[in-house]
This record gives sequence, structure tokens and C-alpha cells, in this order.
Amino acid sequence: MRAIALALGTTLAMVGWGAAVADELRPQGKLLLTGGVTSIEGAGGGGLASWAVITGYGTREGVGANAHATVVTLPDYQFRAYGVSAGIFDRVEVSYTRQDFDTQGTGAKLGLGKGFTFHQDVVGMKVKLVGDVVYDQDRWLPQIAVGAQYKKTAKGGVIAFLGGQDDEGVDYYVAASRVLLAQSLIVSGTLRATKANQTGLLGFGGPGAKDDYSLQFEGSAGMLLSKRLLVGAEYRTKPNNLGLKEDDWFDLFVAYAVNKSVSVTAAYADLGTIATFKGQRGLYLSLQAGF
Amino acid sequence: MIQALILAAALATGAPENPSATHPGEETVEPYAQSNAHAAAKPFEGDAMLKAFHGRDGISRVVDELVDRSLTDPRISQIFEAHDMVRLRRTLKEQFCYILNGGCDYTGRDMRAAHKDLGIQNADFNALVEHLQVAMDREKIAFRDQNRFLAKLAPMQRQAVER
Repeated sequence: MRAIALALGTTLAMVGWGAAVADELRPQGKLLLTGGVTSIEGAGGGGLASWAVITGYGTREGVGANAHATVVTLPDYQFRAYGVSAGIFDRVEVSYTRQDFDTQGTGAKLGLGKGFTFHQDVVGMKVKLVGDVVYDQDRWLPQIAVGAQYKKTAKGGVIAFLGGQDDEGVDYYVAASRVLLAQSLIVSGTLRATKANQTGLLGFGGPGAKDDYSLQFEGSAGMLLSKRLLVGAEYRTKPNNLGLKEDDWFDLFVAYAVNKSVSVTAAYADLGTIATFKGQRGLYLSLQAGF
Repeated sequence: MIQALILAAALATGAPENPSATHPGEETVEPYAQSNAHAAAKPFEGDAMLKAFHGRDGISRVVDELVDRSLTDPRISQIFEAHDMVRLRRTLKEQFCYILNGGCDYTGRDMRAAHKDLGIQNADFNALVEHLQVAMDREKIAFRDQNRFLAKLAPMQRQAVER
């Protein structure tokens, strides 16, 4: 009986605390687009690159959260990603994203079977260390954040056959981002330590000496054409652990914030050669909704 | 809040009159040293930005629109309660005019003193920026020029927002 009363009391206290916190938290305090959009791995950023921004519109007095759905239509494949992310006090970001890489008709040509689909779950966390992407216009220091992305693929057998050494891995990155307001520019650079093949969809590491972490780079630059509209380009280097001529990625993007709840990103993405099929260029479309 | 009330009461009753506060319609304030450094931003050079804002008249319209919008915004209107709005409009116009190299002197308090005890959060600061953006849109100021100006104001977050 006492235990029940204690549990009830604790629960009520927690509900009360929760309500008090919810009352204090201020949603949507950030300026438009200053939380970035959601990248393919779920992190706040551009499309292909993770940035140092904390996702969503929560300021340091609030929280923000997003759901996103992304599709990249390529000549021989289709890439899909969908997930949720949250920014807490503009300091910590957590995210979960599910990626599908649908081989469609190409699956049969690769001997995997028509419509064979690689899957990957990505759990991400990011912490802002120093700087402010918007306010620090008089300082050279950008906003800097560190992050980790735990990735687990679902097709271990095929990945082992391709030469992948593991079906799970962790990427570590440090990102620096900056809005250059006087120039209406947004620039961001990221160093990523990774073993991932095609971001992890084809597993981690390769035969022999290719099973070590390598340092890769993600760079983004965009120009604000209005409060709502950002156009830019991204480049992302990738390791070539499997000997399948894995290429760097590139895109030209347009991000449009309808309001603080909905934004749309469209891009022309060049993903190069994927699993021996060359010229994987196509339309990237991403919809993000949140608060 | 209590501090603000005490301050307001002190101002209303026995505060010494500021010899420089001869502006009509304004409450008297405690004397303080005046300096353009209190504007907290280095002014632009040349007259391009002043022209972009359509001169002092344009600046005046932008500030009035900014203040009008802020006063009717439920997110931040409380902050301006018990505030001398006549003085706020004047000093904001001076500050903007000074930064835009419009030939004005800023006679207001420094940014930390001006925002002391107002309990301003980042979300409030950003709400004000949003109103300023709309006000500049309505004045038909080019987006790139708006951002040049906002780049001067953005670092003031550190003085305006309370940790």
C-alpha cells in the first residue's frame, strides 16, 4: 500500500514537474532556417552533410523536434530515408533515421534479386560545444559541434559477400557552421571519421587494410535569397573500402521554409558510382515537419 | 519584477532630473554618461546603407513599425510594459541612424544597462528580429542590405539576453 502511494506520489510529482517544464519551455524561438534542415543521416544540416546546428526551432530556453521523409530517385536505384530528431535547449541533438536503399530492377542484375533493399538504422547524437551560428557575427569562431552516428545495417550476409567487415559501425564527426549575415551566406564544414561504405548501407570496412577509420570531409555553402529560401551546394568525400569505385557525393540544393513547421528541400544529387553502376544522378526531395 | 517596480517607483518619485532629458513626452531618467560607444556597433562607412534605408525618414518608419509590431505581439509585449515607449522609439531611431552612418549620435544607455532586469530570452530577441525583418520588408529594403544591418545587431544578443 505504501509502495503504491509512493509510486502514485512520485508519478504525480513527475507529471507536475513535466507540466511546469512544458510551461517554461518556449517552442519555435529560433529564426527561420537557422536550425538547418534534416540530412540523410537524420542530423540537422544540409542534405548530404551534417552541420553544427542543433535541429529544430528550440532556443536555449526550449526544445524542437522534427520528422522528415527523404527520397532520392536515381537511374538504377531509389534511396529513401525517414526519421525523427529533437533539439534540446539548442545544445544537444538526438535523432533516429531509417534508410532504405532499393535496388529495384538493378537487384536482379547484381544477382540480389529484383527489388532487393538494403536497410540501415542510424541513431545520432550531437552536442554543440562553442560559438553561435547566428549571433557571433563579430567573432571569427563558428558554431562547433561534435557528433556520433551509430549505424546498423540489416543485410549482413550480402555485405559480407561484398567484402564488408561489419554490419554495424559508428561515425564520429566534428562540424563547424556559420551564417555570414553580412554576406547572406551559410557555410559549414565537417570532418568525419568513418568506416562506412555508402554511408553504411553497404556495411563497414573492407578487405585487408581497408578496415580502418578514415577521415572524410563534408562541405556546404549556401546563399540566403530570402528569410525562407536558401540555395547552395554540398560536397562529401567517402572512403572506397570495398573496391567498388565508391565516389564522392555532390549536390545543388534549394531549401524552402514554408514556416517554422514545414520545410522542403529539393536537390540535384550526384552520387556517382554505386555498386558498380555508374552515373547515379537524380532528384533529391525532402520534406520536414516539426516545431 | 520587484526590482523593476522599485525602480519604477523611484523614477516616478524622487529621482534627480537629468538635465539632458529635455525630450517632450519622456519620463525623466537618472543621469548617465552618454557615448556613441553605447550603440554597441561600429557604424557603416559611406552613405550606401543610409540610402538603402531611405534616409532618416526610412529609419524612423522602420523603428515605428518594429515597435508597433512588438507591442502587439503576445510573445514579447509584456517586456515593454512599464517602459517609456516615447524614449524607446527615440533612442532606437538614434541607434539605427548612428549605425547606418546617418549622422546621428546615440544618447541612450549601453546595451547591458538598457536591457537589465527585463528577463529577455533568446526567443524574445529573435521575435524582435522577426518584427524588424517585416518592418524592413515593408520599407522595401533589399534583403541583402537587411542582413548587413542585422549582422551589426546580432552580437547585441550577448548583452540583451540574460544568462
